[in-house]
Amino acid sequence: MVDATLSAPFDAAAARAARKYFIGRVGIYAFLSLFAFIYILPLFVVVANSFRPLPEIIQNGLIGFPHSLTFGAWSQVWNSYCVGGTCEGIRHNFFNSLEMTIPATIISTLLGLMNGYILSKWRFYGSEVIFTCMMFGVFMPGQVSLMPWAFVLGQLGLANSITGLVLIHCVQGLSFTTLFCRNYYVNIPDDLIKAARIDGAGFWRIFYKIILPLSPPILIVTVIWQFTGIWNEYLFGVVFTAGRGQPITASLVGMATGGTNVRVYDVMSAGVLIGAIPPLLIYLFGGRYFVRGLTQGAIK
Amino acid sequence: MSSLTISKLRKSFGPVEVLKGVDLEARTGEFVALVGPSGCGKSTLLAMIAGLETISSGEIRIDGRLVNSVAPKDRDIAMVFQSYALYPTMTVRQNITFGMESRHVPRAVQDEAVKRVAALLQIEPLLQRKPGQLSGGQRQRVAMGRALVRDPKLFLFDEPLSNLDAKLRVEMRSEIKRLHQRVGKTTIYVTHDQVEAMTLASRIAVMHKGELQQFDVPRMVYDRPANMFVAGFMGSPSMNFLSAEIGDEQGSTLKLANGDDAPLTLGLASPLAGRGASRNIILGVRPEHISLHHPERVADKRAYALASAPVEIVEPTGAETMVGLRLAGREITARFEPHEAPEVGQTVTLALDMSKACLFDAQTERLIN
Repeated sequence: MVDATLSAPFDAAAARAARKYFIGRVGIYAFLSLFAFIYILPLFVVVANSFRPLPEIIQNGLIGFPHSLTFGAWSQVWNSYCVGGTCEGIRHNFFNSLEMTIPATIISTLLGLMNGYILSKWRFYGSEVIFTCMMFGVFMPGQVSLMPWAFVLGQLGLANSITGLVLIHCVQGLSFTTLFCRNYYVNIPDDLIKAARIDGAGFWRIFYKIILPLSPPILIVTVIWQFTGIWNEYLFGVVFTAGRGQPITASLVGMATGGTNVRVYDVMSAGVLIGAIPPLLIYLFGGRYFVRGLTQGAIK
Repeated sequence: MSSLTISKLRKSFGPVEVLKGVDLEARTGEFVALVGPSGCGKSTLLAMIAGLETISSGEIRIDGRLVNSVAPKDRDIAMVFQSYALYPTMTVRQNITFGMESRHVPRAVQDEAVKRVAALLQIEPLLQRKPGQLSGGQRQRVAMGRALVRDPKLFLFDEPLSNLDAKLRVEMRSEIKRLHQRVGKTTIYVTHDQVEAMTLASRIAVMHKGELQQFDVPRMVYDRPANMFVAGFMGSPSMNFLSAEIGDEQGSTLKLANGDDAPLTLGLASPLAGRGASRNIILGVRPEHISLHHPERVADKRAYALASAPVEIVEPTGAETMVGLRLAGREITARFEPHEAPEVGQTVTLALDMSKACLFDAQTERLIN
């Protein structure tokens, strides 16, 4: 054991293992790249087509690099394209969607916070039953409630109005926001509430001073969930509104199923992208917190 | 003047009765420890005193005022929780002042109170920190600070030391004792640790299965336990229980059956009058009241009962050595000075201090006086 060598001799087995490892890595990355490409392809096609002139798309097919850049499709779909009988583009629909999504998100989130707070920290006789009943809303498909909503909106005089859609989305979203907040608050120790009660704080003071400051993670989750969900929803928009009164998703549906035989791929691509911008921005700014909020227990 | 009076207090959760008529009172300035195994109802009792649990029947009076249906915040109490329950988003200072802010105490008074409490508990450097940045012992101090700042009629502690490591627990224990001596507030202290109860309390309430077993000063609870549960619960290692019969008509000896061998006879310190022969008795002897027999050391021979026993196990703990022996077929534990401890396999002559022994009725398990 005295004459141990410092420089390692060539080891055939180790070299084979290293080569095998290298080939394995190359294979994995090639495989992952292929799937990443498949996933990104539709987005690339839509973005590219929104800048390609229509004749070029028709001539060269849907998939291809733009030979010449034009912003015509964007301004056309925003200002003048004819959808659902009017030729004012989809800008009204875009603002309709904002007018619908922002209030509905805020109201349903606030109600969810309050419900979650009560159902987790101020339980009363029957509160578990109420919570279970509310959870049915999570599993109920929207189509089921179409008829009842038609009746309610008609009675309230809110048919074909954004206010009507705000009401629908607040109610439809309540199950989710309540579920999120309640399950988050359940993890906040009850001792905090007890200590605060002995300290002289009441229902609202405990909410503002103790519960709400602990809520940002679940607040972000709920807001993102509600905003994207309400923005992307089109069933109620298509059924209960028409023309200029529709949210953007409904007007995009109208564009795809519209009367003319000519498929205006450039205009449609630009429209789809405009419709996708707000949820995209929300994810971009809040996505980090979204994942954190979903995976995190409330308090250490 | 008693600052807490509890009478015939009952609590049921559905069909389960967790408190079965508890009577308790704490005099002003007293330190009462509620002690018992988990599930004995001691924490429920504390929560009821605080007003966090409703009362099924009975009454609770704080300073003479009936508080059965008074909200926690109006009971003039302060509580320290096992989990500390510090508000995680607030600084230490905000944690301490939260109660005063809820009660709209003027800011100048608040600052004064924080200063006083921070000095008392030596937490001045921590005031701007969040609870997440504190160690366990520091959180414990802040939790006590939050209670102390209010100057209430009653302090409630719910197992405040059970989340600390052993060394810190001993330190905080004596700190709580010093604090109580300085502040002198009536304190109700829940613990499952009989050592904490013995060291801190001016009186100990031992609870078991929703009933108060004994409520007395620590010395009496330890020396004259009211029943076998209290005797077994207080003290570590536990008291040795030996079933026996009264040996003669005068009741001056105990007979311990010993398998096929002749029964062992132990003389009692004072005769059990009024009980016929062969009544079943449980003899309770604490490990420290068993020693090796030294003829010259036993002054009053009558008080010591002698018996020979083989040594089965020896457990040195440093300060003292626990020795497991077999006495008349029963396992017993004795506590010896390390230099006196016998070795395994030896058979030694034991001297049982019968003047310190407790006798229990085998049927009722109650102490026979």
